[in-house]
Amino acid sequence: MSRMNMVQALNSALDVKLAGDPDVLVFGEDVGFFGGVFRVTEGLQQRHGEGRVFDAPIAEAGQVAVAIGMGAYGLRPVVECQFADYIYPAFDQIVSEAARLRYRSGGEFNAPITIRAPYGGGIFGGQTHSQSPEGLFSHVCGLKTVIPSNPYDAKGLLISAIEDDDPVLFFEPKRLYAGPFDGHHERPAVSWDGHSKGDVPTGRYAIPLGEAAIAREGGDLTILAYGTMVHVALAAAEETGIDAEVIDLRTIVPLDIAAIEASVRKTGRCLVVHEATRTGGFGAELSALVQERCFHWLEAPILRVTGWDTPYPREFEWEYFPGPQRVGAAIRRVMAE
Amino acid sequence: MTAARAEDAPPVAVANRPAIYDRVGAGGLREALRRMHLIRRFEETAEDFYVRGKSYGTMHLSIGQEATAVGVCAALGDSDYVTSTHRGHGHCIAKGAEVGRMFAEFLGRETGYCRGRGGSMHIADPAKGNLGANGIVGGGIPIAVGAALSAKRLRTGAVVASFFGDGANNEGAFHESLNIASLWKLPVLFVCENNQYGMSVAFARSTAVASVADRAAAYSMPGVTVDGNDFAAVAAAAFEAADRARRGGGPTLVECKTYRTRGHSRSDRNRYRTKDEIEAWKARDPIERFERELSALGVATAADAASLREAVEREIADGVAFAEASPAPSTAELMRDVHTPAAAAPR
Repeated sequence: MSRMNMVQALNSALDVKLAGDPDVLVFGEDVGFFGGVFRVTEGLQQRHGEGRVFDAPIAEAGQVAVAIGMGAYGLRPVVECQFADYIYPAFDQIVSEAARLRYRSGGEFNAPITIRAPYGGGIFGGQTHSQSPEGLFSHVCGLKTVIPSNPYDAKGLLISAIEDDDPVLFFEPKRLYAGPFDGHHERPAVSWDGHSKGDVPTGRYAIPLGEAAIAREGGDLTILAYGTMVHVALAAAEETGIDAEVIDLRTIVPLDIAAIEASVRKTGRCLVVHEATRTGGFGAELSALVQERCFHWLEAPILRVTGWDTPYPREFEWEYFPGPQRVGAAIRRVMAE
Repeated sequence: MTAARAEDAPPVAVANRPAIYDRVGAGGLREALRRMHLIRRFEETAEDFYVRGKSYGTMHLSIGQEATAVGVCAALGDSDYVTSTHRGHGHCIAKGAEVGRMFAEFLGRETGYCRGRGGSMHIADPAKGNLGANGIVGGGIPIAVGAALSAKRLRTGAVVASFFGDGANNEGAFHESLNIASLWKLPVLFVCENNQYGMSVAFARSTAVASVADRAAAYSMPGVTVDGNDFAAVAAAAFEAADRARRGGGPTLVECKTYRTRGHSRSDRNRYRTKDEIEAWKARDPIERFERELSALGVATAADAASLREAVEREIADGVAFAEASPAPSTAELMRDVHTPAAAAPR
């Protein structure tokens, strides 16, 4: 065990996989010599060599496409997309090629690739350095989408993603790299020191894709969250004094529907929160699934708290970000029904 | 790895008055010097905003690259267009933006060029033909091609200069844009500011050709490489490309070799380049060089330059005061400009 923040945990996952599997390669913009904008690949090129960890030209479509070809012929590439906001040039390759390779070849080929992307807001990045595009990818059949909320999960999930034979989008909430963030931006930032999920084994372990975690047990209502919003939901539960059960989905595809059903059938109420924009967001899918499967147990309408349907506004960062006050107000509304 | 190396700064030869200076004219040259100083002082002041916690997030400074922005824009009029990059403050000012409204954008004020919604990386100024800075590498290049097609179709006579960095020349959008512009003979100046690094990655480690200008051959257009720290060289190439574009001769790729003396962004600690390299390029500072040259040519005396710098200081101070006195945007307008407002109901 070692104390790690999320950056160190992700670095450790990559290090473990590079050491244990010669087919694993790590590449992307500034990941080699420089060690990545957020330092996730720091030291990996020095330890594993320029043939295993290397810089790529700024060409996201090319990077992902190359990874697909590598994956189809025996390698297990991990591509870093420097910001999730930069992923769109690669969208065609992800959607038209990576996602369908197995299906269209009748299972003959597959694309065992992992695309890591720092994601989400809360860092005043403005509209091209703050987005949460998970809903664009969860809509595409053939992809898996992972969004960790803490260092321990980040390492175990990244190892699973790399070992998975399908293409995995691995979104890393930037605001959680250095510490948990509960949305109280006016308070001093806290680190992962002293947080139970900052204790991370140094060796290999895997957290299966598709298993949610119960971040807080409770009986009054179920809050479905992932990434940064797990911490916001926990804060809102404490501040409202309502005994909420907070489910950290961890992966949205595959989805742990059994955990969701069990919780909502227990509490009878459900709130869905995400930082991404509202319309057509993954919260809509969660809301529909809960309604289909738990209708007879529900005592109140399912509500969503999300980012507004706007580009991420630099000056309205904290109006856009669904902080604990907005989540708390929604908790009270669900409880009032 | 071929690290970028500054050549020795050539001494200014008074006798060699660049031919392009006759075209720019003495007034134009003094204005160019003023804009270069304004860009430098704008960015230094913006940097200070961050140091003092008045602004937040990130930004990208073009200190050391001013001659490229101003040299290219010297060949453009207000009715011509530019598209810009994440490192775009210089392009905005070179194209005539007001520093007060730019500062206001930094501070997230309603009077900012994007009403505070954009920040450093998205300043646009339609009145001056600036279609906008862009947080996405290569994002502005194809837009410039479209603006050029509009100019051609609407017969406005406008040309479009698209600024981008050396990193962008490996994006698919760059290659698609050059092909389309050449195929349709569109009035575009593709201006690569080759500042030697795509963030931490040296040009030679990311790009298969020795010079970005070499790419032009693949798209049947002229490609030239100039010293981007030399106003005269940049302006001469820009005028030639703009003349060709206005004649219907199609696009030109102009590569300006230059250097950003600051890091890529605020968080950059410059670990991928040496102090010696940075100092060598600082010795080739485009503003000092241009000022020396104009003085030697008698276009702007030392006294002229001093009064010009004082005027720039006042403009900066007034701009900061304007921005700081400007109101914050109202949260009631959170949803504004996501879509075009619906037409007013019939009365």
